[in-house]
Amino acid sequence: MTKRQSRMLAVAALVLGVGAAVALALTAFNQNLMYFYSPSEVLAGEAPPQVRIRVGGIVEDGSFVRDANSLRVDFRLADCDQAVAVTYTGILPDLFREGQGIIAMGNMDGDVFAADEVLAKHDENYMPPELVEAMKDKQGTSCMPVET
Amino acid sequence: MIPELGHFALCLATGLALVQWLVPTAGAVTRRWRWAAVAQPAAVGQFVFVAIAFVALTYAFIVKDFSVAYVAANSNSQLPLMYRISAVWGAHEGSLLLWALMLAGWTLAVSVSARRLPSDVGAIVIATMGAVSVAFLLFTILTSNPFERLIPAAADGNDLNPLLQDPGLIIHPPMLYMGYVGFSVAFAFAIAALVTGRLDTAWARWTRPWTTTAWLFLTIGIALGSWWAYNELGWGGWWFWDPVENASFMPWLVGTALIHSLAVTEKRGLLKSWTVLLAISAFALSLLGTFLVRSGVLVSVHAFATDPQRGVFVLAIFTFFVAGSLLLYAMRAGKFQSSAGGITLFSREGLLLLNNVFLTVAALAVLLGTLYPLFVDALGGGKLSVGPPYFNAVFVPLTLPLVVLCGFATAVSWKRGKKQRVREQLWLPGAIAVALALVAAVMAGGEWMAVGLSVLLGVWAIATALYDPVRTLLGRSRVTMGRAAWGMSIAHVGLGVFVIGVGIVSAASIEKDVRLDIGETETLGGYDFTFLGVREAPGPNYTARIGAVEAARDGKGFAELAPEKRFYPSQQNPMTEASTHITPWRDVYVSLGEPLEDGNVRGAWSLRLYVKPFIRWIWFGSFLMALGGGIAASDKRYRLAGRKPAAVPDNAAAAR
Repeated sequence: MTKRQSRMLAVAALVLGVGAAVALALTAFNQNLMYFYSPSEVLAGEAPPQVRIRVGGIVEDGSFVRDANSLRVDFRLADCDQAVAVTYTGILPDLFREGQGIIAMGNMDGDVFAADEVLAKHDENYMPPELVEAMKDKQGTSCMPVET
Repeated sequence: MIPELGHFALCLATGLALVQWLVPTAGAVTRRWRWAAVAQPAAVGQFVFVAIAFVALTYAFIVKDFSVAYVAANSNSQLPLMYRISAVWGAHEGSLLLWALMLAGWTLAVSVSARRLPSDVGAIVIATMGAVSVAFLLFTILTSNPFERLIPAAADGNDLNPLLQDPGLIIHPPMLYMGYVGFSVAFAFAIAALVTGRLDTAWARWTRPWTTTAWLFLTIGIALGSWWAYNELGWGGWWFWDPVENASFMPWLVGTALIHSLAVTEKRGLLKSWTVLLAISAFALSLLGTFLVRSGVLVSVHAFATDPQRGVFVLAIFTFFVAGSLLLYAMRAGKFQSSAGGITLFSREGLLLLNNVFLTVAALAVLLGTLYPLFVDALGGGKLSVGPPYFNAVFVPLTLPLVVLCGFATAVSWKRGKKQRVREQLWLPGAIAVALALVAAVMAGGEWMAVGLSVLLGVWAIATALYDPVRTLLGRSRVTMGRAAWGMSIAHVGLGVFVIGVGIVSAASIEKDVRLDIGETETLGGYDFTFLGVREAPGPNYTARIGAVEAARDGKGFAELAPEKRFYPSQQNPMTEASTHITPWRDVYVSLGEPLEDGNVRGAWSLRLYVKPFIRWIWFGSFLMALGGGIAASDKRYRLAGRKPAAVPDNAAAAR
């Protein structure tokens, strides 16, 4: 093999290697994008079923129910218009409570959102921007309950 | 009165920083050396006034001056003194002041040692740091003044966020900022190289210890953050690929690449413009990190209350420095002459180049995952986020070759490696790695592949890094090891320890959320956890519910764990304090969930139980990396760099 040929071979190997790496990266990337939906959007069927998504809203007052024998909890997550039923099994974050804004990750299972992870804010003054967005009605006015 | 003094000192510091920026720059450009000589006294003055401002704010916290808005928002009469002091950097305004103080401190240190630099280089380095100071001091004064008064004064403060009331959080932000800000020194040296057009061995020797020092602080800062999250968030995780974590990790990756490319620039006079580009990028990513954290554009578990106006200001600072330095780079970088001769792959510089390729690509992959949601949102594509699996899928394959490469660090010599020496030096470490990996794989059972692979790579890095030190200690070495060589060995051992920790924790951790009644036992990974109940106890500024969980193995109890749930009345916030039993081989970790029977404390609770093998290795490895950095940065050839510019013989380890 001449020097030129071996160089071409090296270049070809490099292109192949980089191409494969990029392809892998983009595949991994695409599979792990998680879109955010408001409860109304979820109920309108805008979210594809069986795809992991994030839903954000306010935990509806009086909707929180704990199962007596397991770690399962059920509650309703509301935006300005509607509320979606959420079920979750596990330990909730410290700042989870009714009337609080939270983000749940999981997928729609029929009419119920099955969450596998629940995030509450860390700082009482902080509200994730997407949640602020989700808590606006069609005129763009926030219907966030005022916290005392 | 004191807060006004602090505010006034901050304004004076800004004025001095402006002088420190403009006068020496003008002096260096017009070759008026008296003007250039203004740099050092201005830097000293700026440091003194920023320090006065910082002390004034600290004083306001110590004496509980709730007429200062920032103190009232982040402190409380019940807050212990230790946390009143750390509350100074507990929120946005104060942490910016800390940023400014660190920057002034780094500038002071550089200006003290600048006597050894040629006067034009010294002037431009200090002036560049002055420009950064101006930007951040203006930012502090105009958008985030920590000395603003609250009229009328608050009766009591709102208290420090309970999450931040932890010893880890006292030192985590200062270390992280030392790292972020420290990269401004490398940046300033890069600008000086571009302006003066001189980039030689001496330049690399001035830049290296500063860069390594900044890097070691960043390493400690990130490791402490991870350790804090593990203890404090109650999730038992050590890394979440959260955007704010990524924001600190990207400068670390590029900084690591920079440390390695500086070696090539120093020893072989190659990769010059690449090194300069990395120095600019490391600092740019530090600024980007500040922007991401401070602007609130990111969805992050770390994000705290933010103000969009501030985001615009930081973005302006970011744009100014990045665009300015890249413009300068585009105009001047072509002038750097690399030494004659290309790079052969099978040489130390060739392998370091590969190391740089992998590190940079890894940093880009993290950047893509971090910024993509922002772009999509800005383009109206909806709100989305990139999950941890993406980062793991991309990052892990990119870092494995890095660990393999690391083993060749000292076996392959500069210019052209010798196959025979590589074989002689590496067969034993390789054999040890394979043997231990086999043992580990057999012991690991179901997770044999991941455990075996991480032990193989980790032990490979450790054993190869120990080759020179062991020979030196046995008195059989052909060379004497300088501190730089010792530092490198220790840091590479640290990498190996880290890899073993990450691999085993990721593969073999066991975790479970359970519901336990009093007296009930749950078995997890061979450990029995018996829930003994919860009692209530007061803390200095909180009330705690302290659980008692007995951990036993083979029927023998070895620890009573006491996870806590703390309630801070000032903020109406609960906080989880996990409890761990630590050995070098595994952590047993318990955190309290919540009472499950209508809030009845004496009833059943939800508990989170974890067994985390080798998790301590992650932080111990990071610590070794930082330690190695510290030892390498203290090598005497850097201190001599100014006196004997060109012809210092290469240090022994490198000259072989």
